[in-house]
Amino acid sequence: MSILVYIENVEGALKKSAFESLSYGKAVGDLTGEKVTALSIGNVSQEELNKVGQYGVEKVIEVNSSDLGQFVNQAYASVIAEVAKSIDAQTVILSNSFSGKGLAPRIAAKLGAALADGAISLPTISGSIWQIQKSVFSNKAIATEELQEQKKVIALTPNSLEATESAVPVAIEKYEPQVAAADLSTVIKDIVRATDKVSLPEADIVVSAGRGLKGPENWAMVEELADVLGAATACSKPVSDAGWRPHAEHVGQTGLAVTPNLYIAIGISGAIQHLAGVSASKTIVVINKDPEAPFFKVADYGIVGDAFEVVPQLIEALKAYKNN
Amino acid sequence: MKILVCLSNVPDTTSKITFTDNNTAFNSNGVQYIINPYDEIALSKAVELAEGEKGTVTVIHVGEAAADATIRKALAVGADDAVRVNATARDAWFVANQIANYAKSNAFDLILTGRESIDYNGAQVQGFLGELLNIPSISIAKKLEINGTEASVEREIEGGKEVLSVTLPIVVGTAEGVAEPKIPNMRGIMTARTKPLQVVDAIDVPVLSKISHYDTRAPRGQVKLIDKADIAQLVQLLHSEAKVI
Ligand SMILES: Cc1cc2nc3c(=O)[nH]c(=O)nc-3n(C[C@H](O)[C@H](O)[C@H](O)COP(=O)(O)OP(=O)(O)OC[C@H]3O[C@@H](n4cnc5c(N)ncnc54)[C@H](O)[C@@H]3O)c2cc1C
Repeated sequence: MSILVYIENVEGALKKSAFESLSYGKAVGDLTGEKVTALSIGNVSQEELNKVGQYGVEKVIEVNSSDLGQFVNQAYASVIAEVAKSIDAQTVILSNSFSGKGLAPRIAAKLGAALADGAISLPTISGSIWQIQKSVFSNKAIATEELQEQKKVIALTPNSLEATESAVPVAIEKYEPQVAAADLSTVIKDIVRATDKVSLPEADIVVSAGRGLKGPENWAMVEELADVLGAATACSKPVSDAGWRPHAEHVGQTGLAVTPNLYIAIGISGAIQHLAGVSASKTIVVINKDPEAPFFKVADYGIVGDAFEVVPQLIEALKAYKNN
Repeated sequence: MKILVCLSNVPDTTSKITFTDNNTAFNSNGVQYIINPYDEIALSKAVELAEGEKGTVTVIHVGEAAADATIRKALAVGADDAVRVNATARDAWFVANQIANYAKSNAFDLILTGRESIDYNGAQVQGFLGELLNIPSISIAKKLEINGTEASVEREIEGGKEVLSVTLPIVVGTAEGVAEPKIPNMRGIMTARTKPLQVVDAIDVPVLSKISHYDTRAPRGQVKLIDKADIAQLVQLLHSEAKVI
């Protein structure tokens, strides 16, 4: 019996969430005494694959066939399940990333496994029953899910558990999967990626702004603040509805749920639907000119003031801090 | 084109979430239920695609009779008929098996779900359905167009988007951008009462997992207010106290 960790890459570079999944896999392996193997699909360099060892995992299975160069949900799910069977893995771990959300249920169904998606804790193990926590009701509560099946698939929420390093040497083993033509029926026509920006779901720091900013022309200062902090940018729903910012930046109940270390909310009222997607952030800073704005109730730090005065000063203060 | 829309009946977005029985069960007392907002997007898209005799829209819900009001609302928005699998929706695996079982005997070209439900936030049903029906499934679709038997789908990826082309039948989990939620008009509300709502029995599905208990999130401490004349103090606190920069 063993544990399989699927590690995602973007254009050949392993994602931050891949390292989180590896650390998680290693920690689960320490609990169960099972060996942990990583699985990479796509064209990833040896140098990049060697990084797996930094997280305590000694073996990587590398699948690099030309028809699997890009992510195809059905085909990747088949390959992951096939590899899991070939090494007798009882547990498959992956990130609950955008791709992971598509993969996890398919892999679980193929293996007849219990699925814990959106996991935010390590399992508590008693016999074959594992208990794992996840966020439910749009972050308003935490549920403890009991996995009763011997086989398990765990999809880990990005940013919920930090990657921890413990270096070991890595062996890389190539694997040729049997991919059925039917699994490759989805054709990727185009991929558009904003390479110069920090990816919002994985960001450690998120700078977010709302209708208080009055219009898209005022976002330059938000971008600048994000730049200084190495942060991703986000927005409230009315802002993306109005077309001031792309929908992909909209966070909240109907947008993206994020869990960064630091969330800075500028000119956002803190409506319950907005909080649903951001209240699990570790530290929250709110800048709002209305001292009664509901966001102050969930914030760690607050500044009551006009964003157009406060944000430029904050940028200056951060620059001064960075230069020190 | 035959379209199936999967509906989840969820607590209204502003509901206060509490639990009973020693925090082992959700307390639905006094909670107002609505169509899951993402499913509303799926439904609106389906109605749009079927307009002008181009297809039919069936909605399916796995749940108890209490959800019939939600199902009627979907009929008022423009679905042609509805199916309720009469059972407690135990978990996503159970729900997906019921829907797949129904879909197997009713060849649909397009099955739409929301990207996730706002109660258990699972995002599981679309993938389970794809696997159980052995057809492609696409999670987090931001755009969906159908041209004959081909679908063009824009899928969200970290920091960007991906455009896919895929042959029907498929399952798609819809998100914002796919369609604007439609509001039922008077005529819709009147006709909804007369549209067929079929109730079918559930099939047995083994239990693979279950929620053992719930915890509410610990309340945050009081906010520390910082004078706008002393913004350097905020930077200091973020560094030394919160340790996030
Ligand atoms: C079903 C449903 C789902 C929803 N999902 C989401 C979601 O996912 N995400 C989301 O964000 N919303 C969502 N909403 C909408 C939500 O209810 C609020 O309408 C929205 O979050 C408000 O956005 P806002 O705070 O940017 O705007 P507003 O409510 O207009 O608030 C603007 C804030 O800016 C402050 N302000 C104004 N000028 C300045 C200034 N110069 N300097 C500083 N502060 C200033 C104001 O005091 C105010 O607090 C949803 C609503 C529904 C019904």
